[in-house]
Amino acid sequence: MPLSPLLDVDRGRAALRTMWQIRRFEEAVDDLFARGLMHGTMHLSIGQEASATGVCLALTDGDAITSTHRGHGHCIAQGADLVRMMAELLAKETGYCRGRGGSMHIADVATGNLGANGIVAGGIPIAAGAALAYQMRGEDHVVACFFGDGAANEGAFHEAVNLAAIWKLPVVFVCENNKYGMSFSTEKSMAIDTVAERAKGYGIPGVTVDGNDLEAVHEAASDAVARARAGEGPTLLENVTYRWKGHSKSDKNLYRTKEEITEWRGKDPIVRFEERLRSEGVLTQEDVDAVRAQALEDVRNAVREANSAPDADPTDLLDAVFASA
Amino acid sequence: MSSPTSTRTITYSEAIREGIGQAMEADDSVFMLGEDIGVYGGAFGVSGDLYHRFGPERIRDTPISELGIVGAAVGAALAGMRPIVEIQFSDFTNQAMDQIVNQAAKIHFMLGGAASVPMVLRAPLGSGTGAAAQHSQSLEAWFAHVPGLKVVMPATAEDAKGLLLSAIDDPNPVIVLEHKLLYRTSGPVPEEAVRIPLGKTAVRRTGADLSIVATGVMVSRALEAAETLAAEGIEVSVIDPRTLSPLDDAPILADVARTGRALLVQEAPGHVGFMAEIAARISESPTLYRLLAPIKRLSGLNAPIPYAPQLETASVPQVDDIVEAALTIMKES
Repeated sequence: MPLSPLLDVDRGRAALRTMWQIRRFEEAVDDLFARGLMHGTMHLSIGQEASATGVCLALTDGDAITSTHRGHGHCIAQGADLVRMMAELLAKETGYCRGRGGSMHIADVATGNLGANGIVAGGIPIAAGAALAYQMRGEDHVVACFFGDGAANEGAFHEAVNLAAIWKLPVVFVCENNKYGMSFSTEKSMAIDTVAERAKGYGIPGVTVDGNDLEAVHEAASDAVARARAGEGPTLLENVTYRWKGHSKSDKNLYRTKEEITEWRGKDPIVRFEERLRSEGVLTQEDVDAVRAQALEDVRNAVREANSAPDADPTDLLDAVFASA
Repeated sequence: MSSPTSTRTITYSEAIREGIGQAMEADDSVFMLGEDIGVYGGAFGVSGDLYHRFGPERIRDTPISELGIVGAAVGAALAGMRPIVEIQFSDFTNQAMDQIVNQAAKIHFMLGGAASVPMVLRAPLGSGTGAAAQHSQSLEAWFAHVPGLKVVMPATAEDAKGLLLSAIDDPNPVIVLEHKLLYRTSGPVPEEAVRIPLGKTAVRRTGADLSIVATGVMVSRALEAAETLAAEGIEVSVIDPRTLSPLDDAPILADVARTGRALLVQEAPGHVGFMAEIAARISESPTLYRLLAPIKRLSGLNAPIPYAPQLETASVPQVDDIVEAALTIMKES
């Protein structure tokens, strides 16, 4: 079996750095929030870094993503600037959305991130529509549509996947199954074992992978992207993973055990990829340590720069309600 | 440099179809999607032969999936297309409300202006066809209440085409609410793709005694009532906002200030309706001090639309009701 293309010095280092940037960014956000220095609420994807990174690494320039309320990782993996992201979360004028969006609505249209979404499943039909635009214009771009297991029970999921299937739209539906829709477990919310089984009902491939295995995610996503780009239509890819933190900042974690969380912390997708890189001789421990240090420095710099930016300005709030021609 | 236009009489639905066809000829990014708009020609026959002219890619039949359709339009618009969605009955926009209200209306704002959603959602509203409570509503106030949505209610064939062409050009989501009873009405319409700007109120008729503000099918009923009133020596203005959001209230306030009397007519239930907004605008302006009589609203009953024809007719303002309300105001002042 050929080695994953991620087991290459440059690509391996880049993938590892992306995952560490996501982890460190969210740890910084967690800390800023706890210290009362960040406003609003946060949905952290700590523990799910391989899903965002593996999928976005399968995309190329011109491809797009739609994202979820738990979207920091997707935004970073798709190439967003950490400073502008942090500025948005710190309510700065220089943030991606000039303080209008915040964590749940962050987007970076320039890198193809069409937006995080505060509505569960809200982005799924939008992803199908963006893919429809590419198909109608004869462009070979692909949309990766991130959503959670909870969203797979929404009507929007059904309507969008069905439309994409009948029109063979170039979209990869990426379900990040982290076991809980807020507090409601997938065991209770679905009468089937995997979300991917639903693909059969739409006549498209459904694939379930270990979402904490970066190489497996990347390989499955690459296959789905290639299929979409070749005009063969959508795939439903399910990355089984786990969020270490609560649903949001108000979560008391009463619906799951400490043992369960501890067990999943032992399946850290970043540590696992580091071990692969070392055991395959791609990177040394020193290299790995340098990547970790660099990601920490990247995030520290983002916090520093964002903090010194001007606050979002209320004077022109009404200007952004309507676009002008 | 404006070219000369030639006008002929066509129906409201022909005018809409002509506008869509001209927009699609001029711009490859314009396309239509909706239920039964292809060979079937649309539930109200609006899309007609467009399928044969433009093919199944651009006149795109969809499964019955309002949420999916509108969401796909939002995504396509974000990715640079100019979709026109047809929802068979505006009542069914309820199925798609998340995509309309939470997505289309808010994306430009939430992204700090980094992207916009240039889409049009066309949907027939109103009663008068015996289709009862789930196919006869007038929901314009719902949409007009949402920041980020533009809302248009064309009352004539010319407006139906001209406002639609402006809606297609507009970089924002525009809800076009067409009245079912108007589809077969006719009027003069320019052959060319002439735009009627969004956000411009039309004064349909000017009179000295009373200002009637009306929307949708109530515009033609108000004009008919005006003829009856004129025969009794009462001269009324009839004013049609055309675009409910953003609202051009200056011509309304000016006319009411001149006549000193305002009758506000809508088909939708009165409670928290669009005409309450007009009443508030009059009350908040110096026009208030020019009133010779209290503002009067004439609205549909605060009830679902019933099936039986006599019940349906009794549920919404008719020409006689407008005449009677106008006479009441004249007596009060």
